[in-house]
Amino acid sequence: MGYERQADFGTPEVKSDITVTVNIDGRAVSVPAGTTVMRAAALSGGSIPKLCASDNLKQFGSCRLCLVEIDGMRGTPASCTTPVAEGMQVHTQTPGLQKLRKGVMELYISDHPLDCLTCSANNDCELQDQAAAVGLRDVRYGYAGENHLGEQADTSNPYFDFDPSKCIACSRCVRACDEVQGTFALTIEGRGFASKVSAGAASDSFLSSECVSCGACVQACPTATLQEKAVKEIGKPERAVVTTCAYCGVGCTFRAEMRGEQLVRMVPWKDGKANRGHSCVKGRFAWGYAQHQERVLSPMIRERIDQPWREVSWDEALAYTASELKRIATKYGRNALGGITSSRCTNEETFLVQKLVRAGFGNNNVDTCARVCHSPTGYGLKTTFGTSAGTQDFDSVEDSDVMLVIGANPTDGHPVFASRMKRRLRKGAKLIVIDPRRTDLVRSPHLEADFHLPLRPGTNVAVLSAMAHVIVTEGLVDEAFVRERCDWDEFSHWAEFVSQERNSPEFLEPVTGVPAADLRGAARLFATGGNGAIYYGLGVTEHSQGSSTVMAIANLAMATGNIGRRGVGVNPLRGQNNVQGACDMGSFPHELSGYRHVSDAGARALFEAEWGVAIDPEPGLRIPNMLDAATDGEFKAIYIQGEDILQSDPDTKHVSAGLAAMECVIVHDLFLNETAHYAHVFLPGSTFLEKNGTFTNAERRIQPVRKVMEPLNGPKGNGLEDWQVTQELARAMGLDWNYTHPREIMDEIARLTPSFAGVSFARLDAEGSLQWPVTNAAPNGSPIMHIDGFVRGKGKFVVTDYVPTDERTGPRFPLLLTTGRILSQYNVGAQTRRTANSVWHSEDLLEVHPQDAENRGLKSGDRARLASRAGETTLRVTVTDRVAPGVVYTTFHHPATQANVVTTDFSDWATNCPEYKVTAVQITPSNGPSEWQEGYEALAQRARRIETQEAAE
Amino acid sequence: MSADTGEKLVYMVNQIARNLTHESNPADVIARHVITFWSPRMKTTFLDWVAAHGLAGLEPAAQAAHTLLAGAGADAA
Repeated sequence: MGYERQADFGTPEVKSDITVTVNIDGRAVSVPAGTTVMRAAALSGGSIPKLCASDNLKQFGSCRLCLVEIDGMRGTPASCTTPVAEGMQVHTQTPGLQKLRKGVMELYISDHPLDCLTCSANNDCELQDQAAAVGLRDVRYGYAGENHLGEQADTSNPYFDFDPSKCIACSRCVRACDEVQGTFALTIEGRGFASKVSAGAASDSFLSSECVSCGACVQACPTATLQEKAVKEIGKPERAVVTTCAYCGVGCTFRAEMRGEQLVRMVPWKDGKANRGHSCVKGRFAWGYAQHQERVLSPMIRERIDQPWREVSWDEALAYTASELKRIATKYGRNALGGITSSRCTNEETFLVQKLVRAGFGNNNVDTCARVCHSPTGYGLKTTFGTSAGTQDFDSVEDSDVMLVIGANPTDGHPVFASRMKRRLRKGAKLIVIDPRRTDLVRSPHLEADFHLPLRPGTNVAVLSAMAHVIVTEGLVDEAFVRERCDWDEFSHWAEFVSQERNSPEFLEPVTGVPAADLRGAARLFATGGNGAIYYGLGVTEHSQGSSTVMAIANLAMATGNIGRRGVGVNPLRGQNNVQGACDMGSFPHELSGYRHVSDAGARALFEAEWGVAIDPEPGLRIPNMLDAATDGEFKAIYIQGEDILQSDPDTKHVSAGLAAMECVIVHDLFLNETAHYAHVFLPGSTFLEKNGTFTNAERRIQPVRKVMEPLNGPKGNGLEDWQVTQELARAMGLDWNYTHPREIMDEIARLTPSFAGVSFARLDAEGSLQWPVTNAAPNGSPIMHIDGFVRGKGKFVVTDYVPTDERTGPRFPLLLTTGRILSQYNVGAQTRRTANSVWHSEDLLEVHPQDAENRGLKSGDRARLASRAGETTLRVTVTDRVAPGVVYTTFHHPATQANVVTTDFSDWATNCPEYKVTAVQITPSNGPSEWQEGYEALAQRARRIETQEAAE
Repeated sequence: MSADTGEKLVYMVNQIARNLTHESNPADVIARHVITFWSPRMKTTFLDWVAAHGLAGLEPAAQAAHTLLAGAGADAA
């Protein structure tokens, strides 16, 4: 693809069952009723000049450039605000219109710098295009009058500049911030000639304002007023490739715009079905880590972890690794080996890592980072519905009447989808938020939750049981749905259980901390408010009852008939870009791809025939069990692709002890991450920009990842994509793998996995994306699941009794710590910390309620010691009433904080997903870093030493 | 096998049992959960630990599940 602007039809698409035919400049065009003349003209192949219109914004009618003549209508109406009518005869190019448009354009240009040759728009400027479209030749008013030229540019945002001298006050940026992003950070200050775009209050800059740097305004700007710094520095892109973002589980489609091998910018692609042309600060701007100086580009090995690293060739690294794995298998047995697949890598790469473990190592000791995030989703939804995945596509939210958001903070964790939720909420949908913190969704401009239930961390199941109690005892169950779709006996058993007095909101109020009246109101609203959709995140899963909570959510959806159509459903908001895919690809120790248990002889036979090896019918070890086995001396080698378990997994001391007990730890990553302190082999990885493959997002949407530049981890043109590294390692171990492109791996996945049967790279290229299952019955994929019945047959109600966590507060540890993410940083921060995003969040802060802070003599900015039964760390405090008294909150983006030194090894009963969200702690004032932090810093410096090569004589 | 690992597995079985008390046949469901999700090493370590330390540390339903698992282990052997 060359570089050209994506088509813009001027005004948004309208949906209608009625079709209207109009005639535009002699061309007949049929469009849905309600479509504007401007859009109809664009659809007919024409182009009406415009400046203030864009098809992702509501029509505004301010620039007066899109005037047209319509037979039988007086004057020259604006085509962007005039809807089509049957038989309408429209003229868009007449001498009269030409004159009017020229006049309008003259006024604009009389107050615009004429520096087109040196302007950073690099001719990629709508104003310039429109001046050409109207044939502007001169400006009769001259340029000497009062104007806005020479105003100070605002360069405070690290990624884009605001140059008001070039602004034409079209309001597109303001409207994009309002309508697309939903932040309302921008406004037009003043009136008439004094109109001026302003971020926040007059004293604010873009950086100090509420702007979240999503880039919607930059994309909307028709001039160079709001422009990426990179475009200013590098110049205009010359080619472009459509690909998929590698941050969160929303899976935004972007166009990577390139100049040679250099990435100039990432622009959200309007045809992306997950993001519909929107983006957030991470995907849009935070890709600089891909070229960061700390990226390791050469393979490295060392015999012992107290030695410095030694850079070696790929051949030497792979031969050494293979010989170590073989030595360990011979000495300790095949079960001493294992691997961890990455939710950051592609489906094809993940598939190969689990294939290496199953076919090469000869066991099922493979796990993935879903273990620490959404493994309870897999367990809970498979048990109740029959499929380990969410039930809807993102578009479904447009038909939701009530959203129930529990344990999720979408404006920070899944910002692009949050913008779509907010858009629907502003149109009148109701909102229930169940969260210990007052998240931004609870109250933000033009938005307020109908109910916020600020529960005590660890009481999700109690709250959901109480909601079910209200729904059942007040007769709000959708009995027809339950009778038709679910097992009635199981429902009756569940209904009897939740009806018990001990599950009433009043009885549970002292446990949950949620006022019974609010809880009753929320339950009634969810059951009676129309289409009810449940969205949840890690605040549901990362608990000792994570799986129970997922099943309680499924119970609630079934009891209210909210499954199997648009606008409803159970929607896990997945954390990582490809966590859904990693789970689909057989990354769990008990499952082959497509969620078939390893004890299923039929499924095993398929793989055995394809791979020519016997598959172990017994489940392998999960990550925490691998670490236990390592400290017991029975697990000795691990291949970790793209995951930093030392920083991301709970109880850091347990993880480091396990890693330290192994003889061969292989880290395959972009950077020397924290886990690499304990590694013997480092295999440099490739970024999502450097490889081909697919990611699967939270909607089960399989999307292409396309290579835009050569991998940097080898001589030009000889670098290796991550799937190639795994293949070379497999070959070094004697496996006969000969894939030449990831498409061949996907073909193998499709042959072996019924839900992927119809997936291929050719089909993905043709369709843009496909939502599994893609089968003969659903050749174009499945946006909504369980439409006519549940995948498992009858929906299963499961009694989920509230079992309090064993992590209890007491006199020594009286507060509850819960953890989460922030918008600008991402997970362990390996990527975002290496970008300018750190300007928004340079350290993890501890949120403390004013009452708790005052009792301890702490104020915002003070350093506090945070101690639990597992360990202690220090970090700075921010005092806020976002958290309830007795609750403290922090993020885990920075290794120096080591929040997981504090978290315990309690975990979900069904899946061992760690209980990150509940830790009993105490906080006290502190003067400096803890002993652990200081010791860790020294370890990190020692572990990262790389032997310097002596210069050749 | 360390005592720590054995104790941890006993803790896990008890936790599973506490969450499955409302099943009509909790012992079966607990045993099936362990068979489905635990590696052979975990199952053996658990059975060995109970053999050495007795059933006292297990919840009643977990004790019944243990009996099923021990029987299944004997069958498999």
